[in-house]
Parts: sequence; structure tokens; C-alpha cells
Amino acid sequence: MNKTFNQKAWFFVIPVFVLVAFNAAVPLMTVVNYSFQETFGSNVFAWEGTRWFKEILHSERFHASLGRQVIFTFIILLIQLPLGIGIALTMPKKGWGVPVCLILMSMPLLIPWNVVGAMWNIFALPDIGFLGNSLNTLGFDYNFTQQSGDAWFTTILMDVWHWTSLVVLLSYAGLNSIQPAYYQAAEIDGASRWDIFRYIELPKMKKVLTLAILLRFMDSFMIYTEPFVLTGGGPGNATNFLSLDLVKMALGQFDLGPAAAMSLIYFLIVLLICWVFYSIMMRDEARS
Amino acid sequence: MSKIKWLVPTIYIVFLMLPIYWLLNMSFKTTTEIINVYSLWPKDFTLINYKTIFTDSTWYMGYVNSITYTVFNTIISVSAALPAAYAFSRYKFLGDKHLFFWLLTNRMAPPAVFALPFFQFYSSVNLFDTHIAIALSHCLFNIPLAVWILEGFMSAVPKELDETAYVDGYSFGRFFFKIFIPTIAAGIGITMFFCFMFSWVELLLAKTLTATIAKPIAAIMTRTSSTSGYELGLLAAAGSLTIIPGAVVIYFVRNYIAKGFAMGRV
Repeated sequence: MNKTFNQKAWFFVIPVFVLVAFNAAVPLMTVVNYSFQETFGSNVFAWEGTRWFKEILHSERFHASLGRQVIFTFIILLIQLPLGIGIALTMPKKGWGVPVCLILMSMPLLIPWNVVGAMWNIFALPDIGFLGNSLNTLGFDYNFTQQSGDAWFTTILMDVWHWTSLVVLLSYAGLNSIQPAYYQAAEIDGASRWDIFRYIELPKMKKVLTLAILLRFMDSFMIYTEPFVLTGGGPGNATNFLSLDLVKMALGQFDLGPAAAMSLIYFLIVLLICWVFYSIMMRDEARS
Repeated sequence: MSKIKWLVPTIYIVFLMLPIYWLLNMSFKTTTEIINVYSLWPKDFTLINYKTIFTDSTWYMGYVNSITYTVFNTIISVSAALPAAYAFSRYKFLGDKHLFFWLLTNRMAPPAVFALPFFQFYSSVNLFDTHIAIALSHCLFNIPLAVWILEGFMSAVPKELDETAYVDGYSFGRFFFKIFIPTIAAGIGITMFFCFMFSWVELLLAKTLTATIAKPIAAIMTRTSSTSGYELGLLAAAGSLTIIPGAVVIYFVRNYIAKGFAMGRV
């Protein structure tokens, strides 16, 4: 769409600008403030320069939780994207099955995150939970509160349960926007099922899939509540992801300086990766 | 082939329903039964957990609080985002692209980063422990999302609609409310759905910003879940009840979901 230049459009943006600035800029400045200072309680501050940043960047604790976070997000994307696309491909296109699928599949998305954690905790308990009890009856030695491997397995399964539907909904919408003429043309050309997927469906879903990757990346990288309730970061530090570690440092130990420095580094990592995604998205949009 | 096609969504839905069923199953048991007897359905069916929640005001006020700030937030987010999305979809102006990306960056900020400063900030302006504080703080991630979705919908409406209306002598205000808003009603519905959803499910900020008066149900529940294995029946019942508002909202927007997803950005 060709847009006209009009500086008065700023007036329309003012409410949003004020609300978000009020919410983002003020707290962010507080974080920046803390990150350069040492607190002694009762509002006594001393300038520390870049000490906290250097300390965080060299601390093993930060490397460990960042490492866990990257592995977790990577596994999540690797499972949820193909699974979500696969389910969207097999979903009914018309009839009563459509609303039934959509309603039931959206359910996990609308459950408060701590309820998701609590629900999976109850579901996975080795003695009274359906999952834990079944696995143990089948002969697996399963206990997610004691063994790190099981804790990871449960956290990942929980996230797959919680968020795959988002990928399904997005892919389904992308698939629905494909005109029937494309399929007819493919049939005339004698294209195989794989060819249809590779050369028609996948390119048409590109836009929604980029969005799915972006949203899933952001949310899995910032995951806090669900693992906090499910495992509390344990056993030991096995599932202590970045957000969990940050909250422990900021509110648990009240190390405001290092926590603030860690916040900023954390935010910058997310921002950098999203900026790359966003630029690619906008470039594609400009091209088409 | 067609039989196999039904199999995949069916298995997936069964997988989705299993933990929910387990929660419901637990909510109809007493805590002693949960701990002592492993059974796939309640042997000794009871409504005592639900009765506790509906008679104890600290419990049911949690639901009222959660719904209150969620509705506040949805109204604030959508009404602020409407004119902004219109500006982004129709006009070029100084710094528009940067502003749009800056808005999106707030969706990317980990709430954990903001928890402590929010607490101090809202305390200093005397809004701590009020519904409006949570509603405002949730604007941080809901306004960018609302602007993003609405801008997608509005860009899909041809600009000729605006121009014809002005030629017909409509003022901007009348055009916007009488013609434009009804045209993108589906988009507004989807946006409200997403704002409601993200505000309803968020806990970290809602918990940080409240003490007693505006405490959300999600935070009240952590009281029982922290003492692991204690009052499991009550926890399950409270959890089951939090599913209902979401289910109601999905039911109302079910026809828009697929269409809305396809039309707009999300």
C-alpha cells in the first residue's frame, strides 16, 4: 500500500507511546542505573563502572544457565516446528472437525502458566501422577524431582504440550490461505505429496512460520513460571534457566547490581536475535 | 490414507487432554484419597474442594481480581492500539519504522528483567496492589502485540474505503467509528482474544505487583503448591476453574481464529 507522508499521524501514536514508555523506559533506566552501582541498602549507592558486566560475562554460573537456556530453546524449536506443521497438514479442512480441533487445541494456550506447571507436576509425580506412575509401571526408573534427565524430559514434554498448538494454529492459517488452483495445477503436473509440500505449501507458509519461530524463540528463551512451579530449577541446578537464575539473584539474594547487569545482557541477546529475524522478515515482505 | 489423517490430530488432542483430565480427576478427590489411592477416576467423588473455593473469599476474590485486571488491560490495550495501528497502516511519518520496532522490542523483554523495577516504580507512584497497576504493567507486552495484529488487519483494508468516505462527506471521527471499526471487527475480536490470553496467563508481574487486595488467583494458588504435596485436591480444583474463562473466550472467537490468523499478521 502506498502510504502518504503525514506528520500528524504522530498524534494517533501518542497514547501507545506514552503507555509503553511509562512502562518500559522508566523501569529500564532503573535497571541501567543499578547495573553500574553497588547498593548497601537504605538507598546508599556507589559507582562501580562496568565491574558487574565484566563479572557476569566471566562467571561460570551465567555461562551455565545461558548454555542450558540455548539448548532448551533449540530442542523446543526442533520438536515443535515439525510437529506443529505435521499436525496442521493432517487437520480437517472443513466440517464439524474444524471447530472441535481449534477449540480443543487452543485450550493449553489459555491456561495460566503456573497452573500449567502445577498441572504437570501433579501429572508427572512418580507415585500419584498418571505419567510418572505409568512410566514406572512400564519399568522405567522415572522421577523428575530426583534425576536431571527426567526433569529435562518432563520440562520439554510440558512445553511441547503447552505451545505446539500455537505453531499448529499459525501453520493451519497459512495452509488455509493457499488457493485450490495451486493444488489442481500440481495434480495436473503429477506432483508427489512431498513435492506439493516442498514447492507449494512450505513457501506459502513462510511468513507465518517466521512468525512462529520468532514467537516460540522469544517465549521459550524467557520461560520462567512453568519450570519454576514444576521443578523450581532443580534437581540441583539441572533446569535452572536464565530467567529463573535472574529472579533468584535479584529477588532471592538481592544482588541488585549483578542482577541488573545480567538483565541487560539477557535483554540484548534476545534483542539481537529478534532484530536479525525481523530484518529478514521485513526484507522478504518488501520483496514480495 | 484418510483414516491415517484422522489419527494424527486425534492422538495429539488425546495427549493435550490427558493432563487436563488428570487435574479434573484430582479436583474431585479429597487430598487423602489423592495421596493414598492411585485411581484413574475418583473413587469417592466429592465437591468439597470446589465448595471451599466458592465459600472462602480469599479464594474466589482471586478470580474476581484476575478477571478485573485482565478486562482492564484488554480495554486499555485495544483502545490505545486502534489509532496507533491506523497511523502505522495509513501514513508515513518521522521515525515510524523505528517506533514500530521499538514497540516490538518490549514484547521481547523478559518479564523477569522488569519485575523488580516495576515493583519499585509502582510503589513510588502509590499504585502498588491495585488492579490498574497490573493492567498497566501488562500493557508492556500486550500493546505491541495489539498494534502488530491490528496493523495487519488494517493494511488488508483498501485505502479507497477511507477516500470514498471522505468524498461522501464523512468526518474522520464518524468514518473511523461508523465504517472503519465495523469493517475490521474480526481483527478487533482476535486482538482482544490475544490481549485477554496473555494478560490472563501471566503471573510473574501480577504476583510482584500485588500483596493482598488485588492478588490474582494464580498467585493465591502458589500458596498451596509451594508446600508440595499439601492440599493437592484444593490446588487441582482451583486450577481447573482457571481453565473456564479461557474456554469461554475460545468458544466465542472460534470462527475468527482460523480466518483471523490468515488475514492478519498473527
